[in-house]
Amino acid sequence: MSILGTRVERREDPRLLTSGGVYVDDLREPALEGAAHVTFVRSPMAHARIEAIDVADAAAMPGVLGVFTGADLDVDPVAPGPGLGGQPLPSAMARPHLARDVARYVGEPVAAVVTETLAQGEDAAELVSVDYEPLDAVVDVDDALRDEVLLFPEAGTNTAARSGERDESLFDGCDVVVTRRIENQRLAAAPLETRAAACAWGDDGRLTMWLSNQNAQACRDAVQEQLGLDEGQVRIITPDVGGGFGAKIGVDPDAVLLGWLSRRAGRPLRWSESRSENMVAMTHGRGQRQTVTIGGDREGRVLAYRLDLVQDLGAYPLMSAFLPTFTGLMAGGPYDIAKVETTARCVVTNTMSTAAYRGAGRPEATAAIERAVDLFAAEVGLDPAEVRRRNAVRPEQFPYRTATGLVYDSGEYVRAIDAVLEAAGYRALREEQARRRSEGAIRQLGLGISLYVEITAPNNAEGEHGHVEVLPDGSALVLTGSSAHGQGHATSFSMLVADQLGIDIDRIQIVHGDTDRVPAGAGTMGSRSLQLGGSAVHRAAVDVREKGRALAAELIEIDEADVELVDGDWRVRGAASVGISWAELAERARDRGGLAADVHFVSDSPTFPFGVHLAVVEVDTETGGVEHVRHVTVDDAGPVLNPVLAEGQRHGGIAQGAAQALLEHMSYDTDGNPQTANFADYAIITASELPRFELLHMETPTTLNPLGVKGIGEAGTIGATPAVQNAVVDALSHLGVSHIDMPTTPERVWAAINEA
Amino acid sequence: MHVTINVNGEEHGDEVEDRTLLVHYIRDTRGLTGTNVGCDTTSCGACTVLLDGESVKSCTVLAAQADGHSVTTIEGLADGESMHPVQRAFQEKHGLQCGFCTPGMVMASVSLLRENPNPTDAEVRSGLEGNICRCTGYHNIVESVLAAAERTTEAAE
Repeated sequence: MSILGTRVERREDPRLLTSGGVYVDDLREPALEGAAHVTFVRSPMAHARIEAIDVADAAAMPGVLGVFTGADLDVDPVAPGPGLGGQPLPSAMARPHLARDVARYVGEPVAAVVTETLAQGEDAAELVSVDYEPLDAVVDVDDALRDEVLLFPEAGTNTAARSGERDESLFDGCDVVVTRRIENQRLAAAPLETRAAACAWGDDGRLTMWLSNQNAQACRDAVQEQLGLDEGQVRIITPDVGGGFGAKIGVDPDAVLLGWLSRRAGRPLRWSESRSENMVAMTHGRGQRQTVTIGGDREGRVLAYRLDLVQDLGAYPLMSAFLPTFTGLMAGGPYDIAKVETTARCVVTNTMSTAAYRGAGRPEATAAIERAVDLFAAEVGLDPAEVRRRNAVRPEQFPYRTATGLVYDSGEYVRAIDAVLEAAGYRALREEQARRRSEGAIRQLGLGISLYVEITAPNNAEGEHGHVEVLPDGSALVLTGSSAHGQGHATSFSMLVADQLGIDIDRIQIVHGDTDRVPAGAGTMGSRSLQLGGSAVHRAAVDVREKGRALAAELIEIDEADVELVDGDWRVRGAASVGISWAELAERARDRGGLAADVHFVSDSPTFPFGVHLAVVEVDTETGGVEHVRHVTVDDAGPVLNPVLAEGQRHGGIAQGAAQALLEHMSYDTDGNPQTANFADYAIITASELPRFELLHMETPTTLNPLGVKGIGEAGTIGATPAVQNAVVDALSHLGVSHIDMPTTPERVWAAINEA
Repeated sequence: MHVTINVNGEEHGDEVEDRTLLVHYIRDTRGLTGTNVGCDTTSCGACTVLLDGESVKSCTVLAAQADGHSVTTIEGLADGESMHPVQRAFQEKHGLQCGFCTPGMVMASVSLLRENPNPTDAEVRSGLEGNICRCTGYHNIVESVLAAAERTTEAAE
């Protein structure tokens, strides 16, 4: 029986459970012996001219090895990331490693202090004296659009990119048109392990850098490029990574700078930021102001949809200018809508830069259309589930070409809706809701449904690298360019190899996140790992198996068709006592280049997983308090390799999605001061605020990869957010409430009740 | 100042700065890196250890306060090769993903079960409110603690 699809416990866990793993800050490598510490001096002002920096007092402190400012640097600022649809962004918006003339957000690094110990760094950093001349700050995206205060006067505008044309006739022929402004608020990714880096220069002139990051290979390229080093001069190692959620995709200038500082100080260096530093200076997610307009007929048929959005880029455009591209492509969601229009503007503000956060552009698209469909359902007087059933793309329409130009591979949307409604007892829940309404109960019931389709492995063109090799001791070695930070690659990828080679998973070593050992790869993001990385490893394992078969047949002197793998050894069919082991084969293959295969797997297209989430909430109409009491979902990402891991991804995603709907908001005051700069102020969701999740199972395979799999990592987040938000609004709809922006805090809910 | 602290069953005498926090003593002086630092505000619980058997957040305790007391960290929980029932339950129920919150979460769970050997789902959730996990959505953590409780109860019967 194949190991695929079975509940295999994680191989990673015993180590993590008994000794806590090895994260960057835990490293005790010989190369890091005597490492000094880096402490950044960060701007306390959102927008200010830096008139002067005096480092003399700091430099005189005990243990100080050096204090560096932007004037000391001979590295160029980092060019802005990709724009909408790949169009270039203004070069004036490049991001310096240390601010020189102007600081543009609270938390921007303006100086770096290198000291013997961490505590000395904190003491010395306090004494770096910076003369700031305050400038007006722009915090709100609507203010930024007015261009009265510019972050980059040389660019002439705060709008870094725009796309889309408005069609004034879009809603012609619609009997019903509803429009609404929606806030998709800024969030902190808040991985439990903050950003951390360590580095050391070798005698060979090479820089080795350990980073808490999702993509070692991209970091290697970025460090080489930014520090002006030669190809091959940098080795990046990502040891255990304590969560990333997209915010550890990029390599931040602060981390790159470590390599430069290390060379100047002549010492290995460590940097591990504090939580408050992480909250203000690690990239944030989301940050879109959306206006949705939806039109259709009285029978509940949606005919046209418009999404106009403004993306908050923060102070320097990183990859977030690209996020509206995903949002725009996925704007129409899982619905068969003839006309879909997206217009987007991306603006800079005096806040931390935004970038990817779990789902990166797709949760924003789903939140918008799922709110819009509820608004539309309310207007035509139909149950929101029924409107979704009437408009969902039907199975016979696949492959389905959307109005935005994508081709959805496969799906069974209506079946997913029905499965969730039945499992949840939807009819009974609606009856209970009606009962509470008629009784005027203090605790009202709300049902929120979301139907979503998402795009996974969107960067499929880069493909992924996989190497499988049987070693002379009969064990297997796997190299992958994909890289885990909690997803369980060591377990899932060894299952793929065990399935082909019959080698026990405990004898399969998975190596990732070391650019010397795995030079090619694109890391873990966009739910790409299994479908691209897993497919590469699977194909490589198939190749190795066939090489093994050929060699076994040759050595036994028998036809290839007559040898088979039995319990991990090659046997002659029908004569089980005659055979040869993998170890023997690998030994014999040594002088023929070994039993190894390399595969670079590229998919022809991304895949489009889908699902349905039903959230049940109770809203206290006297206090505005919301309790999330049930959550029923189906997330269909094709065949499941290991249900343990897939369920875990869904659980975590639902929690983060619900957190956006209910609690979390990275907020700034009107002067650009962060108001939620630690875990006491930023309302991270805890166990008490969540119910047990009820997961249903459905599998609609794709033909785009040999495993038939789609991605599951972001599904929960995408589906849960609008389900929970819709549930809160639904609980109060009979009072005349039609929308509440996220997060639906007690204060906002209470206000909505009182204003209704 | 000089402190004498029993760490995972072994007594150690060490010189520390007065301001040294217990978590830094554990990590830097004793070299036990399983205990993690996740926040500055005693909010996340990643640094939870047992002080004389009771869970504390070691970022809010001075090493000096642990002078003359015993500390148990994640490295001291297993009995040789055999994992503690809570560790085993976390493995079986997939109660961890990236693993960074895990040592603190496990130590808090051990303490929770000591106080309340048969908690309900809601009691586990409220008992773990001081420990943040960003990966698991807590679903499997709660399952882990309930499974450990069941096993411990069975063993006692």
